[in-house]
Amino acid sequence: MRQSSVLLVGLAIAGVVAPLSGLYPLFLMKCLAFALFAAAFNFFTGYVGLLSIGHAAFFGMGAYVTGHAAKIWGFPTELALATSLGAGAVLGLVIGGMAIRRQGIYFAMITLAMAQMIYFFCVQAPFTGAEDGLQRIPRGTLLGVFDLGNDMALYGVVLVLALAAVWALQRIMEAPFGHVLLAIRDNEARAISLGYDVKSYKLAAFVLSAAVAGLAGGLKALTLGLASLPDVHWTQSGAVILMCLLGGLGTPLGPIIGAILVVTLEGKLASMGAVQIGPLAIDFSTKVPIVIGLIFMCCVLLFRKGIVGEFIAAVERQSAQRRNGRPA
Amino acid sequence: MLDIPIPVLLGQVTVGLVNGCFYAMLSLGLAIIFGLLNVINFAHGAVYMMGAFAACLAARWLGINYWMALIVVPLVVGAFGMLVERLLLRRLAGLDHLYSLLLTFGLALVLEGVFLDIYGSAGLSYSGPPQLNGLVDLGFTRLPLYRAWVVAVSLAVCIGIWLLIERTSLGANLRAGTENPRLVQALGINVPMMVTLTYGLGVGLAALAGVLAAPIYQVQPLMGSNLLIIAFAVVVIGGLGSTLGAILTGLALGVVEGLSKVFYPEISSTTVFIIMALVLLLRPAGLFGREA
Repeated sequence: MRQSSVLLVGLAIAGVVAPLSGLYPLFLMKCLAFALFAAAFNFFTGYVGLLSIGHAAFFGMGAYVTGHAAKIWGFPTELALATSLGAGAVLGLVIGGMAIRRQGIYFAMITLAMAQMIYFFCVQAPFTGAEDGLQRIPRGTLLGVFDLGNDMALYGVVLVLALAAVWALQRIMEAPFGHVLLAIRDNEARAISLGYDVKSYKLAAFVLSAAVAGLAGGLKALTLGLASLPDVHWTQSGAVILMCLLGGLGTPLGPIIGAILVVTLEGKLASMGAVQIGPLAIDFSTKVPIVIGLIFMCCVLLFRKGIVGEFIAAVERQSAQRRNGRPA
Repeated sequence: MLDIPIPVLLGQVTVGLVNGCFYAMLSLGLAIIFGLLNVINFAHGAVYMMGAFAACLAARWLGINYWMALIVVPLVVGAFGMLVERLLLRRLAGLDHLYSLLLTFGLALVLEGVFLDIYGSAGLSYSGPPQLNGLVDLGFTRLPLYRAWVVAVSLAVCIGIWLLIERTSLGANLRAGTENPRLVQALGINVPMMVTLTYGLGVGLAALAGVLAAPIYQVQPLMGSNLLIIAFAVVVIGGLGSTLGAILTGLALGVVEGLSKVFYPEISSTTVFIIMALVLLLRPAGLFGREA
């Protein structure tokens, strides 16, 4: 069985079991939206090997566009979500087209600067609602039939869309296109000499990643009913990097696990309130950035492969040992 | 376009020049750190913020006045930077430089988070030295004396550091270390020490900018994060390898940004990024950079 099929089946089972086991659908939908965002980021940075610090622009713009389409234009839900996909793709084409011209560290800084430009645009543009953002975004009905006001109904839609997108990204990696991307990541000069138009491949991957990140933003806006400036701020780009790094960059499952962990942790910390540790009463709800930053530093210093990456490495080490241990 | 009075125009140019001085100092620090360490220092905005806070807190707790702070704060924050380099960044030497970028990113989150937790997003206010309270009459506009002082100090510091790097033997070692650290080490120069000092210098420079900024801007935990990204754009426009490029581009962009406030205020916050996009399209290596 293909990895993508295993991933799809596994996630589908987990996605159906999770709400039955008593987890809140709203929390699960937030997890799914961020898992999709992380998967989209991983598709580009993990498999093409260029660090983008600008993915918040796609995520945030997706959220705004969906919110605006659903609330002001009165688009049906499925069309509102489709616009977020389109907005991500268009923005990805512009930013990617610019950034792809440079390598490594320059690429990272250009994506960051372009995303910051989008941020300032969102601060000033009339349709984003400035500091307040877009609030009370209506969920609408699916295909004009199913009412999505019910959390479980919306959860079903979000689950199906997120799984479909995650599966599609993984499936693309298993297709010839994905193999070319890996070849470019591992040895760009060789890929060029084999006749591949490296820049177009990179750009295509970037646009795909941006489009799915836009969709993730749209799903987030729809489930929480809110699209606001933090979605498009560069700290959101940092958060998605952390999710992938924590779970395992360049692995299919890692970003999803990382996203769920980070979302859970943020929720837990925010609701924790003051905790008595010895003589000190520490209020963790205001310390989310500190904890996130510390995890970031630990990840970079101690386990750069992430949870899934380290697990895979451990399994490989063990099987290598078993092979070597066996008498020839 | 021509109905804008000349004094307003020149006034915005001088305000832009003051901003440009901060861009130049931060970008210069980023450029020299990148030059020798290959580290994109994401914590640069956070140490700038620390410099401003340190000046405030030193005045409150220790009664250290502005003039003392101008010397003490960069040294203390610079020492903190050297500690960071020794204890954390050094472990990542030789790995992909994205990891050091991410480490400093995490560090920036922690530092800003700590100050945000203690002082809230409103921050503190800091009054500048009473000696510099007046105005200077430049003929076309009256500039607060303090802003003139900021321009003078930062230009002097930038030129000083540029001369240090380009004209002294220490600077020659540094430039050689940038080109080929192993060879320089083989010649008996203590490269690890030089790396630590360079990081300290860059961080100290950001802290100095922070002290200079404290009386003008609100001293608050996130004051550095937006400035940092502009400094990144400046470095990209100037070309990553070039110290002179960072200084000149920083100053020029400040002025251009000031001008855009006169002609088309809506885009003034994005001007820098639009220029960056144009430069990338026309001259991908940056204005002063060499194509790698």
